[in-house]
Amino acid sequence: MRRAVTLPAPLAQIPWQVILPIALLVAFGGTVLYSAAGGSMSPYASSHLLRFGVTLSMALVMSFFPMNLARLAAFPVYAAVVVLLMLVEALGAIGGGSQRWLNLGFMVLQPSELMKPAIVLVLAWFYHGLPVGLIGTWRAIVPAAALIGLPMLLVLLQPDLGTALAIAFGGAVVMFLAGLPTKWFVGGGLAILVTIPLAYFFGLQDYQRRRVTTFLDPESDPLGAGYHITQSKIAIGSGGLFGKGFGNGSQSSLDYLPEPHTDFVFATMAEEWGLAGGLFVLLIFGLVLRWGLTVARDAEDRFSRLLAGGMVATIFFYAAVNLMMVMGMAPVVGIPLPFMSHGGSSMLTNMICVGTLMMVNRWNRQPRTNY
Amino acid sequence: MEPRISSNSLKETFDRRSFVVGAVQGGVGLLLAARMGYIAVAENEKYKMEAESNRVNLSLIPPRRGWILDRNGSPLASNRSDFRVDIIPERLSDREATIDLLAKVLDFDDIERKDLADRIESASSYQVVPVASGLDFEKYAALTVRLPELPGVLPQQSYARYYPTGTSVGHLIGYVGAPSREEYDLEPQPLLLTPGFKMGKDGLEKQFEQELRGVPGARRVEVTATGRRVRDLETREDVPGDPIRLTIDGPLQDYAARRIGLESGSVVVIDCLTGDLMCMASMPSFDPNSFSDGIGRVEYSMLSENDRVPLRNKVLQGLYPPGSTVKPMVAMSFLEAGLSPDASVVCNGGLRVGNRVFHCWNRHGHGRVDMAKGIYQSCDVYFYHFAQQLGMNVISEMARRCGLGQQFPLPVASQFYGTVPDPEWKLKKYGREWQAFDTVNATIGQGYMLFNPLQLAVYASRIATGRTVMPRLIMDGKTPKFGSMNFHGDHVQVIQNAMSDVINGPGTAGRARLPVDDVLMAGKTGTAQVVSLNLSNGKTGPWKYRDHGLFICFAPFNNPRYACAVVIEHGGGSGSAYPIARDVMTFLFDPAKALDALHGFEKQWGGTAQQRLEKSYAAYAAAAGVDLPPAPASIKLAEKVDAEARAAIAEPETPVTDALVPREDPVASANGNLT
Repeated sequence: MRRAVTLPAPLAQIPWQVILPIALLVAFGGTVLYSAAGGSMSPYASSHLLRFGVTLSMALVMSFFPMNLARLAAFPVYAAVVVLLMLVEALGAIGGGSQRWLNLGFMVLQPSELMKPAIVLVLAWFYHGLPVGLIGTWRAIVPAAALIGLPMLLVLLQPDLGTALAIAFGGAVVMFLAGLPTKWFVGGGLAILVTIPLAYFFGLQDYQRRRVTTFLDPESDPLGAGYHITQSKIAIGSGGLFGKGFGNGSQSSLDYLPEPHTDFVFATMAEEWGLAGGLFVLLIFGLVLRWGLTVARDAEDRFSRLLAGGMVATIFFYAAVNLMMVMGMAPVVGIPLPFMSHGGSSMLTNMICVGTLMMVNRWNRQPRTNY
Repeated sequence: MEPRISSNSLKETFDRRSFVVGAVQGGVGLLLAARMGYIAVAENEKYKMEAESNRVNLSLIPPRRGWILDRNGSPLASNRSDFRVDIIPERLSDREATIDLLAKVLDFDDIERKDLADRIESASSYQVVPVASGLDFEKYAALTVRLPELPGVLPQQSYARYYPTGTSVGHLIGYVGAPSREEYDLEPQPLLLTPGFKMGKDGLEKQFEQELRGVPGARRVEVTATGRRVRDLETREDVPGDPIRLTIDGPLQDYAARRIGLESGSVVVIDCLTGDLMCMASMPSFDPNSFSDGIGRVEYSMLSENDRVPLRNKVLQGLYPPGSTVKPMVAMSFLEAGLSPDASVVCNGGLRVGNRVFHCWNRHGHGRVDMAKGIYQSCDVYFYHFAQQLGMNVISEMARRCGLGQQFPLPVASQFYGTVPDPEWKLKKYGREWQAFDTVNATIGQGYMLFNPLQLAVYASRIATGRTVMPRLIMDGKTPKFGSMNFHGDHVQVIQNAMSDVINGPGTAGRARLPVDDVLMAGKTGTAQVVSLNLSNGKTGPWKYRDHGLFICFAPFNNPRYACAVVIEHGGGSGSAYPIARDVMTFLFDPAKALDALHGFEKQWGGTAQQRLEKSYAAYAAAAGVDLPPAPASIKLAEKVDAEARAAIAEPETPVTDALVPREDPVASANGNLT
């Protein structure tokens, strides 16, 4: 490393090539949130930056965890999050309504968010432990399917389709990278194509179904469910090449844009910063994800590879689905944009993913200890 | 089984597949960049416009309505600055809660609250529903403070229509109201959905809607998604509507309306030289000021239950048998048919035709009667006798020449034209031959004859001038020139002299003399029987059975300037009509004297028409409570009133089968109008 020459050793070990872009993106997100709050640090921008500081420290601490600990903790962490999910479900049932979070006093925790990295961790652990020869047999898929299915079911009960799909996507990418036969994925893909219409008619809640139909034709209901998509596209489209200027976004400041600080933060940004701002955001995500995949490829053992690959997939899923949603290419599902949207759970999840990648990155550069 | 799987081959698979994953991610990234580029660059113009139309709300400012002026330029309808509140039902979040809160803040009683609920119920969602107007500033301010709790409620400062003489001009001017769903469908313009905009619903307000309306102003306002105004960007002033100037004399109209007093009737005054309608009063009436925010259920019930039909314009929609007021016209027809004014007949109280006797109102007989006496003593036998000789067609032709049964080119929504009967008409209508008794009835203005008060006034003016006077209602700056009626020789003077003798000579209405020096009035009384003698004596008993009182006149006699017709429904005879005509004509020559007389009457009656209407409303509301059916929408009301007026016309369903037996005293009055 070049910086190793100039920086003291502990600092040099920190992967600045990912932390700097992310910090830039968070700072950019902070300015957008500042504007979304009508030109004020509170309530969004200051807590956004504070959360980043806290979760970044946490991620840095995480990056020092040894691989043994990660492997040992994999299943217990997964089990603990499943228990939390059940607890949320139970509290919701007692409270007489659906609930997605637990109030821990100092923060509001969404266990379903934690499940996104946890599913990657437990599957990496599972395929690491699976004897190499069994990778093409039922023993490679049935336990994995159970590990994915249980939390998915719990999250769907909440009901939270977006997060359930995120969990499924993270799990599926790990399975794909683990080397399961291609035909299974082709078969699975076909099965999903068949299931989608069935799920649409029998599995989805009314409000979810409406979101799908209005996604396909937002103008059919411009003041109802299509409102979000239409207003978001107006915000992005009216921004043009360089935007209307900082603090001049009428769509967000006059409340036309729904959720301008969370799910639709990208639209808020695009209105004021234009295509230039959008390309900047895409570029940063590209850098972070490319670094993540490099870490995964550089990893020596199967566990690290799958763990890193799965984390990259999780971040990617967040970013891609959110951006497709705000640009009118996906239905409105409640998925925030990593590092920019205001929200503690999302920041925590994404920084756990980044922390895990940094952890694997550290393992990669350490001499082998456990072969 | 695939070829041997090893740790190494799995690493290769991973590398391959992670490359695929990376490629997919890169692909999605490019797709997103392309999509964003497309939205932000290619479709930039479209979305810029949409963002702008989101941000900027163009709201219309209702134009100030043109004034309606009387002949001297004083307003009969004007606008006054007003604090008002409207509701847009579409934007209400909780209808009940909003109504409750509004009722509380605005101090509504139960009736007003229920009327408001009805108005909101019957409006379509985009329509503006008026809540209240004429608020004092305290209430307006109290409401403005609570606006955050009241989405869809719009308090604003605007202009409200104001009719200074209220009830006196109700039928003539009409009233305004918020546009209805039907009116918006006919004329789908955004102005009709603008809060505070009112359009004419009846009368001249409706007829001259386009002239009076004006051009709305506009205000560009930056608004939030919830409709809150952030700031004004730009304002364009409204262009007030054009005023219209009527031929009506405001004070005279008001005087006549008030002078009708407790009676149900109408007064028409026409300028003989120009045809200007100076007064078209119809009473009892309603207050158009209180109709502009929608007609309340109590007010509507009170007005529609009244058997004096305050909602009907009796000048145009009231048709009455003219009684003896037709006699000057009938006499004129005799003259024109060649009868000498000196031709006479002996009246013994009846006329024998074949084996029948047709009675004169005077059972003792008038002795020898020539044309002048026939008119001033209103002798029926004289007319029976010569009509049998000359025939009905002579009379009906003259009636039409005099404007009876005619519709005039006036800007009014509804004008009934009545009936001038003749043998051809009867055959067509009833399939029966004309009989001797039909002619007998027609000569004394009974039977099938039905005219409205306006026609009677025009008829009076044509007899007064001998010219084809046409009535007009709008001052257009032109001075009309009327052609001659082409009466032969001194025929018109003969009739005029006889009419003068009615009042100034040995006639039936000596007490109709004007209390003004040097101004003589000429006229003719009429009593129209509505039921036969055996049902009622025509003067007392059930109001509906009493005789109509009629009077036509013109003055000054030697140089006719004004003609007037007064019809008092069920007044008990012509004695109820001519004192009113006398006072109204007096007002034209000596207003102070006329007003003195009126003030005396109003003391007995319990105030002016407006004051009495307000009193009876208060009493009615206290008695009725809220259990009343809601009033029909304004636009429906005019139609309903018109339909009821048509149904009320006393045209017989079956043909008349006999001559009417006239009452003995044609001028007696049932009330104390005679002084």
